[in-house]
Amino acid sequence: MQEHTQLSDKEITDDLVSPIIRSPKWFWMTIGSLGLIMLLGLSGYVWELYSGLGVTNVQRPVYWGAYITNFVFWIGISHAGIMVSAILRLTQAEWRRPITRAAEVLTLFSLIAALSNILFHVGRPWRIYWITPLPPVIIGYDFARGIWPNIRSPFVWDPVAVGTYLLSTILFIYTCLLPDIALVRDKVKSKIPKIIYSVLALGFRGTPRQWKIQATTPILLSALVLPIFVSVHSIVSWDFAVSIAVEGWHSTIFAPYFIIGAIHSGVSAVACLMAGLLWLYKLDKYIKPDHFDAIGRLLVIVATIWLFTLFLEWIFALYPLEDPEIALRNMQVFQSPWNYLFILFLFTAYIIPVSAWLFKNIRRSAKWMFFTTILVNVGMWLERFLIIIPGLSRRTELSFNWGSYSPSLVEMGLVAFTFAFVICGILVFARIFPIIPPFDVKEGMRLRHVIKIGKRNISAVVRE
Amino acid sequence: MANKSVLGLFVDENVVGDTLSSLRKSGYKDNELEVMTGSPYPEGTFGEAEPHHKLFRYPIFGAVIGFTVALIITVGTQLAYPLVTGGKPILSIPPMLVIFYEMTLLFSVIVTILGALFESRLPKIFMGAYDERIMTEGYIGLVVTVSESRIKKAEDTLKKFGAESTKRGWE
Repeated sequence: MQEHTQLSDKEITDDLVSPIIRSPKWFWMTIGSLGLIMLLGLSGYVWELYSGLGVTNVQRPVYWGAYITNFVFWIGISHAGIMVSAILRLTQAEWRRPITRAAEVLTLFSLIAALSNILFHVGRPWRIYWITPLPPVIIGYDFARGIWPNIRSPFVWDPVAVGTYLLSTILFIYTCLLPDIALVRDKVKSKIPKIIYSVLALGFRGTPRQWKIQATTPILLSALVLPIFVSVHSIVSWDFAVSIAVEGWHSTIFAPYFIIGAIHSGVSAVACLMAGLLWLYKLDKYIKPDHFDAIGRLLVIVATIWLFTLFLEWIFALYPLEDPEIALRNMQVFQSPWNYLFILFLFTAYIIPVSAWLFKNIRRSAKWMFFTTILVNVGMWLERFLIIIPGLSRRTELSFNWGSYSPSLVEMGLVAFTFAFVICGILVFARIFPIIPPFDVKEGMRLRHVIKIGKRNISAVVRE
Repeated sequence: MANKSVLGLFVDENVVGDTLSSLRKSGYKDNELEVMTGSPYPEGTFGEAEPHHKLFRYPIFGAVIGFTVALIITVGTQLAYPLVTGGKPILSIPPMLVIFYEMTLLFSVIVTILGALFESRLPKIFMGAYDERIMTEGYIGLVVTVSESRIKKAEDTLKKFGAESTKRGWE
């Protein structure tokens, strides 16, 4: 990473805390527009609560539709956020500094979006707490029957894994945020925000002991969060894979296939978010073309591994030459509308973006990276859709059980809600806390020096 | 008698190092001296005492607690209502492993965070001698916490070494 702009501590503080002190002009307008989309989606949900799941197009034999597709999609996005942050922290990669916070925050909001899809999907969301093993003394009559969650069901593993991931992510973000909350506490002048930030900062003062713990804790947490990250998408994939009734889902490669797919879509989402933040907050002193170049290179590798696992998934499915499996794959690739979606999926998830990322100019361009990574996520949403819907709508032996699926307006509204929610959540977070960690950037500046080799000045990093 | 603290604000790392050495030579102990910075410096930059911690032990404690909780949840709840579902055993090991895995990691994370707060000596309700410019403008704060009778001498030493400003507080 050769590009470098040397800045003083005060400049960094002013740059990165200014969106908190004063809202940028576009902020409230954007939040208002996103709020409107969310309101429309939620009004559909109110209708769904009132009328029941009949307002969705989910019906026999396709019991899982846009909500579950969206759930898997957002779980996937949530993965790479914390993965990027954890891996870069563990390897002490210098270029991590401006991007870790945004990646972690993306994880947080996409996880909440994923969980909201489960709420939309279940028939009686007010009994969602049945999934928890709360004793009758706390919950009352509902558990008085003495029945507990069935831990043999993947639908119990799911909330355990996703809940673990969400809680760990919140704690991870909060711990890494402490010094920056302390900075904002000292920077804001208004009384009430100052009190709130003071409480949240817990009296952080920047003593050597606190910095030492601050350096060690994220590394320890990264080591703990990475196994959670691997387990969550494995468990989500087992929602499908442990079901022997659906041929297209019952595959041993589903866990690694889902994980690498999650990394592909998630790292793309991180790049997309970086480009968006760079544009919105004018962060070009911090997020450099080198960052996009590094992520672009990583994405070429990740995408190609993902394509390989997709290929393996097909090989494993077709190799036994079993009729139901062949019929399903035939439907996915040759029957309308799945064939059009399949082509669109391949082009958007791999062929167009990876071909583009082979060119250095595109990798180093925030604008190009923004559009190509959006393409990836269009493709990855379609991938999940193509796993779930054709899998369930394949023609089984019982002809009365044939049917297809297309999302209803309510479902589309709630899918749009989740996208608006994640974008809105990140923007509101960036309004309250620094989206690039100033303390981390300051440390990076301090450890970086320009050294002269021959006739060139090279930016070098000093490490303990 | 309650301890008082005095903060000196410095710009230069080397000056802080020299002041710290001088204070030590004057008889101030390590636990009476504290450096504060707005961002991390390499350990020992100011010649400060190396902080020791036991943070690495916390994840293990957490893991043990988490594993125990998972054992209680999985075994306890299933034995409390032994209903056979799907022809599977009441205590089926593979699904129990999933819960063990998640709970072990979850409690490891929670206890590590609690440990990090404890080892950072947080939460700290009273800030003592502190200045906002440490966080916002990159000043380096050197705090001397001593009995009231010695505070004046400490303040003079800080001023002598070029502290841009000094500020008193109490611990």
